[in-house]
Amino acid sequence: MTNETIAAIATPFGNSGIGIIRVSGDQAVATVDRIFVNAKGEHILNSMESHTIRYGFLLNEDEILDEVMVSFFKGPKSFTAEDTVEINCHGGSFVLQKALELVIKNGARLALPGEFTKRAFLNGRIDLSKAEAVMDVISSDSEIALKNSVSQLRGSIYHKIKEDRESIMHETAYIESALDDPEHISFDDHKEEFISDVDKVIEDINKLLISADNGRIIKDGIRTVIVGKPNAGKSSLLNLLSGSDRAIVTDVAGTTRDILEEKVKLDDITLCLTDTAGIRQTEDVVESIGVDKARKYMEDADLLLFVIDSSVPLDDNDREIMGSLRERKSIVLYNKSDLEPVVKYEEISRMLSGVDIIKTSAVLNEGFEELKNTVKKMFLSGDIDLNNEVMITNLRHKEALITALNYLLNVKNSYESGISEDFYTIDLLGAYSSLGSIIGEEVDDDLINTIFSKFCMGK
Amino acid sequence: MTNRNTLTEKVDICVIGAGHAGCEAALACARLSLETVIFTVSVESIALMPCNPNIGGSSKGHIVREVDALGGQMGKNIDKTFIQSKMLNRSKGPAVHSLRAQADKADYSKEMRCTLEEQDHLTIKQAEVCELLWEADGEKKKITGVRTYTGTTYLCKAVVICSGTYLNARCLTGEAITYTGPNGLQAATHLSDSLKEMGISLRRFKTGTPARMDGRTLDYSKMEEQKGDERIVPFSFSTDPDSIQKDQISCYLTYTNEETHKIIRANLDRSPIYAGVIEGTGPRYCPSIEDKVVKFPDKERHQIFIEPEGLSTNEMYLSGMSSSLPEDVQVAMYRTVPGLENCKIVKNAYAIEYDCIDPNQLYATLGFKDVKGLYAAGQFNGSSGYEEAAGQGIIAGINASMFVLGKKEIVLDRSEAYIGVLIDDLVTKENFEPYRMMTSRAEYRLLLRQDNADRRLRKIGYEVGLVSREEYDALVKKEATINEEVERIKNVILGASKKNQDFLETLDSAPLAKATSLAELMCRPELDYRKLAPLDPERPKLPDDIIDQVETEIKYEGYIKRALIQVEQFKKTEKKLIPEDIDYDDIDSLRIEARQKLKAMRPVSVGQASRISGVSPADISVLLVYLSSKKKHD
Repeated sequence: MTNETIAAIATPFGNSGIGIIRVSGDQAVATVDRIFVNAKGEHILNSMESHTIRYGFLLNEDEILDEVMVSFFKGPKSFTAEDTVEINCHGGSFVLQKALELVIKNGARLALPGEFTKRAFLNGRIDLSKAEAVMDVISSDSEIALKNSVSQLRGSIYHKIKEDRESIMHETAYIESALDDPEHISFDDHKEEFISDVDKVIEDINKLLISADNGRIIKDGIRTVIVGKPNAGKSSLLNLLSGSDRAIVTDVAGTTRDILEEKVKLDDITLCLTDTAGIRQTEDVVESIGVDKARKYMEDADLLLFVIDSSVPLDDNDREIMGSLRERKSIVLYNKSDLEPVVKYEEISRMLSGVDIIKTSAVLNEGFEELKNTVKKMFLSGDIDLNNEVMITNLRHKEALITALNYLLNVKNSYESGISEDFYTIDLLGAYSSLGSIIGEEVDDDLINTIFSKFCMGK
Repeated sequence: MTNRNTLTEKVDICVIGAGHAGCEAALACARLSLETVIFTVSVESIALMPCNPNIGGSSKGHIVREVDALGGQMGKNIDKTFIQSKMLNRSKGPAVHSLRAQADKADYSKEMRCTLEEQDHLTIKQAEVCELLWEADGEKKKITGVRTYTGTTYLCKAVVICSGTYLNARCLTGEAITYTGPNGLQAATHLSDSLKEMGISLRRFKTGTPARMDGRTLDYSKMEEQKGDERIVPFSFSTDPDSIQKDQISCYLTYTNEETHKIIRANLDRSPIYAGVIEGTGPRYCPSIEDKVVKFPDKERHQIFIEPEGLSTNEMYLSGMSSSLPEDVQVAMYRTVPGLENCKIVKNAYAIEYDCIDPNQLYATLGFKDVKGLYAAGQFNGSSGYEEAAGQGIIAGINASMFVLGKKEIVLDRSEAYIGVLIDDLVTKENFEPYRMMTSRAEYRLLLRQDNADRRLRKIGYEVGLVSREEYDALVKKEATINEEVERIKNVILGASKKNQDFLETLDSAPLAKATSLAELMCRPELDYRKLAPLDPERPKLPDDIIDQVETEIKYEGYIKRALIQVEQFKKTEKKLIPEDIDYDDIDSLRIEARQKLKAMRPVSVGQASRISGVSPADISVLLVYLSSKKKHD
């Protein structure tokens, strides 16, 4: 078998303590062996027997990333019928993502949607009667991945990538036009501009890669929804956390009729904060749409921040929300603690046992440090998780950026060592296509079209 | 009056048209000992060059070499009739070096006609083919013959259509329209109807040509002279370079200016294209001067090359200034160009519209998917250019012959030849204009060099039967010499002696840090095989073409290896065949767009399917799973 080695997270996402990364292909053992050592610090994967499991550590250079169990299945006795290594990680979603990145950095490629299943089928591991289902998995997973790729990309980054891509295409078309019509078009006078354009794109990609590490390429973070009855102080909280005056804060109940989103970084962790219209029964049509949306957002959220106005009595709205808090990851903010409390802290604590309750006051700027620390603790302990698709999308983007970067570095290298420009095209088009995969655009006949539209060919 | 002619001839293959595609196709068939008739509306127009007076050029030169390697005629013919020769892009990498020669048009045509006339099993017939004869063959049709305008029937087993731009042709010079083929020749006005009746869909393309000037009326002192190369490289692998060194004729370079552009802009409403009279789709790569002025308004001037049409005529071709403007505007605009102030036009520039097919109706063998024994090549397939025509012509000729002989037809793939890229693009992609080959279309171009066309294709030509034993043996010997020399160079080790270091210094190359092979040294950009001669006293005396190949193999080894890996990937999906009776409606998971495209295109392999626009990688995965489940069921 000469298939490329692929890797992906094999476990469904959720709050389970263990996540499995599956690596499949000829180089599966060699790839994982580079980053896995046993308790004595020895690389032992090569000598491991099939269908056994070992305890040890994942190493990112010299640093321990996670304490793991690694199992090995020699092909064809594995899910894909190829050599397969599975890494059982313990550190929650953040660590799992880092571990997958590490595997990819060491030689595997991120599996395409449905690729494990496809390989398993093509290698005869899945019953023929399941062919239909296998095809469905491939096509639906691909569609979802494509949709996610674009829809989760932040607008400004989408435009940046589009711009860089156009720049690459322009340069490629310049080179090719001159080669095809050397008597009409000359590339020699354009060389300096060319390399400065390539440098610029390299710089852009490097910046994007840093952003990818910070999770800032993707719109999403931990989907955090602020809930509470109208005028409980949700918008003030959002403004305080995000440091802007995005939400309009008034003391009229029902001011926030739609949904506001803001990203807030707590060190390594990004919260995608959504401020909702307060939940209440309302006659106002516009507001009721906002309320319906808020309910929907609550359902999808990774984390709920429930704001209680301690200065007024609990009402039906509060009780409705409290009902929906059960079985959800949530933090209660006992707000307006600067005012005379009407609702007792102890009362809340009794009603919602086991939930973290933090006293906050927007006016006094109190309780926010504690809130941050609580969120971080929940995240790192694996209590709350990033949404699965988002994480994979981010990783896919990152992989595509690195691929594009390597192509462009090849170009630069060729340029600097005096290789003539006809050698650059393969790498330039490689970069173009990689960046295209991020924004969901294919290559097709772009080069020929650009040559004709931008360069005046002879004859 | 009904035609009472009942004359019936019986042959193996009929080739319709004697242009660059038709000549190659007919020669291939006849050389494989099949009785062949080549039809032309005028014997005078065999291998006519109705547009530019040259053969080759960027990537087109590669095709000529490939035709030659397969045993075709174009390379040999131009080697005998050129009047100037140039290797383009010589300062660039070896993949884009490309040969171009100015032809003596009359000689070129005459020489090809002689070759045809001397060819055994080949008959030239001046006649217009009006009708294809066929019978039903299962769900498909099968060719049985052709009928000419005069009513004669030619029964045959295969037909190759190479009708060029003649089908329902219409020429336009401003308001003046004539219903003729190129150069005022008779158009073919009946065959289109017969094709349509057979269910073949036609469309209309357009192209154009510039005016020809009386050379005596031009002032060359106002232009830049363009000379040929000092050392002439032949097109054909069978031509001895020493035998073709000769005095060459110059071309001249001049430019349009603001005045020219003003005249064009002022008269755009009289251009049939801008006035909407022409419906055909024109090529973007050789735009008329009107197009250039409209599309690139910021360009202050456009280059015009003045090229001689031959030694026995004083007609000069104006490369870069094709037009369909009316005659009075043409005269006015041409006379604004330096050196052309007093020019007299011999032949007006014109645009030509013609019927051609959507080549998606063809297999990569160039046989019609729905008509057995019917093949097509050249501009009829929606391409443009003499070389593109010849490349298709030889493949269509070979495959029509293989069909008649009951042998396996050949397909060149994208990793084997520019001809493979050309045909694959034609039969797989959506083309909206006459297709011209460009070097950027070949993804493996580092492997598809003009210098190694023989190494890529000679063997195929030999096995088919178009390349002689002698020619093939020459290749085998050449390959051995190249391999030996590459090996030798890798094993010549140079020490860091003062003599070596001093020599490198004279070439501005860094001194050796340790013992280094000559091959490693050659990889430095500033050095090459010839420059290192003083360090390599043992080297054998080798011809230029061999030296060039040795150098390419060593210097670009890394790049070549990368390309070979890509080719290996490519070949994998090319080899996964799709059965002809596949029912795409049976595959629910295919997206609708992909399903429609696949149904319409009927690709023969998964590789070809993957190149159809609108078919995504996920669709290909689905297709692979489907094929694999089918196969296991069977």
